[in-house]
Amino acid sequence: MLCEECGKNEARVHITKIINDKKKSINLCNECAAKHQKKHMIGFDLEPSFSIHTFLASLTEDMNLGQDVEYSPMGNRQCEKCGLTYKEFGKLGRLGCDQCYNTFRKGIEPLLKRIHGNSIHKGKIPLNIGEHIRRKREIEQLKEDLQVLVINERFEEAAVMRDKIRELEAKLNG
Amino acid sequence: MDNIGIRNSLSRWVRDTGPYSDVVISSRIRLARNLEKYFFPSRLSHDRQEEVVNEIEAVISKPGISENTEGLRTVRLEGLPVIQRQMMVEKHIISPQQAKTNGHPGKAVVLQDDEAVSIMVNEEDHLRIQVLLPGLMLWEAWDMANNIDDTLETKVTYAFDDELGYLTCCPTNLGSGLRASVMVHLPGLVLTNQVSKVLKALSQVGLAVRGLYGEGSEPLGNLFQVSNQVTLGRVEKEIIEDLISVTKGLIEQERSARELLLNSDTGSQLTDRIYRAYGILSHARIISTQEALGLLSSLRLGVDMEIIGNVEPKKLDELMVLIQPGFVQYIAGGDLSSDERDEARADLIRDYLAKDKDIGES
Repeated sequence: MLCEECGKNEARVHITKIINDKKKSINLCNECAAKHQKKHMIGFDLEPSFSIHTFLASLTEDMNLGQDVEYSPMGNRQCEKCGLTYKEFGKLGRLGCDQCYNTFRKGIEPLLKRIHGNSIHKGKIPLNIGEHIRRKREIEQLKEDLQVLVINERFEEAAVMRDKIRELEAKLNG
Repeated sequence: MDNIGIRNSLSRWVRDTGPYSDVVISSRIRLARNLEKYFFPSRLSHDRQEEVVNEIEAVISKPGISENTEGLRTVRLEGLPVIQRQMMVEKHIISPQQAKTNGHPGKAVVLQDDEAVSIMVNEEDHLRIQVLLPGLMLWEAWDMANNIDDTLETKVTYAFDDELGYLTCCPTNLGSGLRASVMVHLPGLVLTNQVSKVLKALSQVGLAVRGLYGEGSEPLGNLFQVSNQVTLGRVEKEIIEDLISVTKGLIEQERSARELLLNSDTGSQLTDRIYRAYGILSHARIISTQEALGLLSSLRLGVDMEIIGNVEPKKLDELMVLIQPGFVQYIAGGDLSSDERDEARADLIRDYLAKDKDIGES
């Protein structure tokens, strides 16, 4: 049997479909079958070709007063946490982790002004972050107290204090 | 599949009717959040991404943690067939980017049964908390998203900076991480050639306008998405208040444009256009998504203006989603080429419009 699509090659792929209870068969050669499969795949290509990230990246270049990112003072900076370099940020327009904002702060600030006209957050603050900081400080204070107890050889009290610190640390990291 | 079965696979924003539904199709609130201890998803391995999914799943599935997260379940996307993922994109529950898993673990969506709440895990940010409701319901959507955020933030530590606010992968979402948007149907403004003026005015007051499919695409079916541009340095409530007042302005403009069309000498042309759309939709044998969206827009205009009486308005919103490629194939029960989809789509629309009287509330 010849391929129904091109009518030239031997049909080697036989497809049967049931659509709305109606049966449909197609016989294709290998080449046409590959094309057929491609045509049938639905992609998630609804995305536009314009990339906001590339666009932002072009703005960062511009921000460095006409200097190429490579030669700007920020150029060689690298984030200690995730390893992203400022150069890479210049290409991607995206940051790699929360720490990047500290590392590249100076370079990003003008960009933020351009996008938001503003660079100070005024909205919601996560409840537990204030609490987290407070608890961390409390533990640090207790550790200092513990040192004092140990130096003064008040070991029983120190043991109680040590357990309390462990408990608080477990809570903090849990 | 019967119509009731199909309808049950749709999200609440498609099935229910909200305030100002003659112009506003849906309202959406989205909060971008990241967890402090992981790199942002683009720099995170698939295994580490899966850890994020597990951590979020553990928090939301803990019974009795809060009524805000009750009924939420985690769906891992890599295990879902392409068509299912495509349907999620068509219902606006996940983004096209999120749907592309390439077979890797690490991408998930946390859903409520009615799909009003959907949290994308490891899209551009670790969390994209979204609430989608029908009509103009931005405050309701904000309350729901904010409550979920409140619950999550007591269990996980967000990446947050005192000055920069919630830290996001892309600097355009920094600060509040809030994107509030409405999807509006503006055939009146398009037909009276006013739409470009209106859209220009919106951009001048700090709002972004996009087509139905989100960022950058051509608007199809006279549907536009309006959202806030600025996320840093503004309080959430202000952002939402602004969008609501602008949307109400848009509603007024659109309604008066419709009145104008009907009452001037273009009235019979308008009526003709609407009936032609109805005619094609209820009789065509082959139809593309693009053509169908255009005609559904005209028919919806006719129904909203009470020019056509025997079509249930909500059905047209449902069709808007059902005629998309993923749904067409799901309903037909198999993979279809684009030519086959155009036939199946025409069948589906004819069927759906013909059975108007058979459809009760499911």
